[in-house]
Amino acid sequence: MYLLALFLPLLGFLVVGGFGFAFGVFGASFISLGCVFLSLVFSLVAFYEVGLNHSVCSVKLGSWFSLGSGNIEWGFLFDTLTVTMMVVVTSISFLVHLYSLNYMSSDPHLVRFLSYLSLFTFFMLMLVTADNYLQLFFGWEGVGLASYLLINFWHTRIQANKAAIKAMLVNRVGDFGLLLAIVLIYYYFKSLDFAVVFSVAPFVKDFSLVLYDFEFNIITFIGIFLFIAAVGKSAQLGLHTWLPDAMEGPTPVSALIHAATMVTAGIFLILRSSPLIEYSSAVLMLLTIIGGLTAFFAATTALTQFDLKKVIAYSTCSQLGYMMFACGLSNYFTSLFHLVNHAFFKALLFLSAGSIIHALSDEQDMRRMGGLVKILPFTYAVMVIGSLALAGFPFLAGFYSKDLVLEVAFATYSLDGLFVYWLGTLSAFFTAFYSTRLIYLAFYSKTNSSKTIMSGAHDAPLEFYIPLTLLSIASIFIGFFLKDMMAGFGTGFWQASFFILPEHYVYAEAEFLSTFLKLVPVIFSLSGMVFAFVLYKTFLFSRKFYYIFLKNKLFRDLYFFSSKKWYFDVVYNQYILKPYMFFGYHITFKIFDRGIFEILGPTGIVRIFKDLAGGVSRFQTGLIYHYIFIMVVSFSLFVFVFIFLRGFNFVIPDVVYVALGVIIFFSAPFLARVRNFFRISEFNK
Amino acid sequence: MVNFLIVSFLLFFIGLWGVVVTRKNLIVILLSLEMILLSINLNFIVFSVFLDDLMGQLFSLFILTVAAAESAVGLAILVVYYRLKGVISIDFISLIKG
Repeated sequence: MYLLALFLPLLGFLVVGGFGFAFGVFGASFISLGCVFLSLVFSLVAFYEVGLNHSVCSVKLGSWFSLGSGNIEWGFLFDTLTVTMMVVVTSISFLVHLYSLNYMSSDPHLVRFLSYLSLFTFFMLMLVTADNYLQLFFGWEGVGLASYLLINFWHTRIQANKAAIKAMLVNRVGDFGLLLAIVLIYYYFKSLDFAVVFSVAPFVKDFSLVLYDFEFNIITFIGIFLFIAAVGKSAQLGLHTWLPDAMEGPTPVSALIHAATMVTAGIFLILRSSPLIEYSSAVLMLLTIIGGLTAFFAATTALTQFDLKKVIAYSTCSQLGYMMFACGLSNYFTSLFHLVNHAFFKALLFLSAGSIIHALSDEQDMRRMGGLVKILPFTYAVMVIGSLALAGFPFLAGFYSKDLVLEVAFATYSLDGLFVYWLGTLSAFFTAFYSTRLIYLAFYSKTNSSKTIMSGAHDAPLEFYIPLTLLSIASIFIGFFLKDMMAGFGTGFWQASFFILPEHYVYAEAEFLSTFLKLVPVIFSLSGMVFAFVLYKTFLFSRKFYYIFLKNKLFRDLYFFSSKKWYFDVVYNQYILKPYMFFGYHITFKIFDRGIFEILGPTGIVRIFKDLAGGVSRFQTGLIYHYIFIMVVSFSLFVFVFIFLRGFNFVIPDVVYVALGVIIFFSAPFLARVRNFFRISEFNK
Repeated sequence: MVNFLIVSFLLFFIGLWGVVVTRKNLIVILLSLEMILLSINLNFIVFSVFLDDLMGQLFSLFILTVAAAESAVGLAILVVYYRLKGVISIDFISLIKG
């Protein structure tokens, strides 16, 4: 049954993707929805059995392939981490499937869309259930593929094409990191099974690798590559550029893949590898710093974006940063707790954004929205719930997880812990700010949309109601329900899913922080909300404010710095992309592929023979006296060779005859070129 | 003896030269071929007398026969070709040009 939960979405993909035309839209929707729903039910059962009743389960399906001394098997590991992820993936996938039925109903390729969603669900489940790194990599690449297909779903749009290729290429950097990590793990552990690798990890923690006279701890080395993989997939600072662009895909895709599940695969990888990276303080530090910077960077960038979905995308990026630095500070429980909460409220945010976009005839620019609170009351309600949960309003989901992440970060009392604590707290302020800004611009401000669009706007249809309602319930209550189970002090829920070195375990310290310190993130969040609201309500649309704003250079620079996304794309384009494109086109393509390799390779040979054949064929002038001349000349030559040379007892090997023949044959074209010799008349030219 | 051979040699090469350099007329080529064959006949006869062997003369008779047949065939082809194309100039006979 556990495997059924995994393979039902695959079945859904195969049936709907392969034979969708036979079932029609309704049948295909029914099948894919049914498959994912059953998968959700089985995942919940697995969660009950494995998570709540603590019966960890592992399934081996047999050998995949042998590699030297190692044997790679198809195996599935169902521990608490896995089943938690499974529930998150399948529940959001189901809701998104349901949502897409209406959202994509006017699209002629709805069936294909559903099949891709099912494919994604399958690969994501494969990723989380894998019991070895290679199988995880299989799922990892699979979700990348599904992401590519879904971003590029409207493949006639050039922006979608570009975004999809960008996502693929940027992810490739991370994938390469994971591949290198796998190779290194196999090299040192002679196995890729999690069970083997993690139980051996304590014994190899002092091994080192000498590379060009530098000594690296191998766990650090592996951990850095795992970190690169996570950076790529989870859109951390440096490789985050694909995530905002991926918003070109349909909104349900953004909700499922680029908010709730796929982007958390990197975090999942880190969580899964916790017994490994826990032994490397350097990697943990790296995770912490980059995670904190990502949270801060994305939050500041989201402040000035005007695309509704991009704001939420940067918010996702920012929250992933929180999860990442929670991992870096060894708070794996908290990280996963935040992951779960985030999955629900971010899916809610995206789906309600989709509802707005749907209502406004695919308008995404917030400057052209406004005044929707009266037209879309339901969407407004769920959007507010999602935003409050995201901003960490007391007693909603984000309050429990995000503030816990920050709290535990403070409790480490280390430099990097404090660093990310303050970055995270500032980000919480910005998060509240941009959430409020989003709501203000979309719902409260005076409308900037045209009359035709506004009169055609309608609130969420039934297929939207169900997912949005369920997700908002989840966003409100899930933090409260799961806090003690998932991230409570001394919880036994996780069993052996995570490994934390005793000296990294700071929950006790976190429990005894002063209440004021614990409330700091909330205070920042609330003040962010109030600040944003007051700012937008009173100042931002007044002429006077704009005048001040435009006059002040510092203000303007800061604004541009934020709205240009810290100039990451500019720098990448200018200093990485351009040289690479130059190298790729002018050097590898023009000089190597189309140059040397073609001339020495097939094209060159073809060209040589074509020339030779052309010469030979030109040699066939069709004129009798030419043939006779050649006959006479060659005959004389042979007579000379035969009679004169042999007459002097000169032994001629057969090779000479053959060589002579070949020379005459191939010299024919060149002889033919000496046309003047034959004095060809004008008629033959 | 040597003089005879020189004559036949010269005849042979004049014939060969005629075949190679002719660009006007197929009939000239046929004539040149006849000349080559006759020079070889002369060679045969000279050696037949010189070696006192009747075989050479026999061969020359055969060659004469074959040459007659060959020129008949050649002329026939020439006539047919002239009917078809209207020319017998060598320069225009290039149907097998590559």
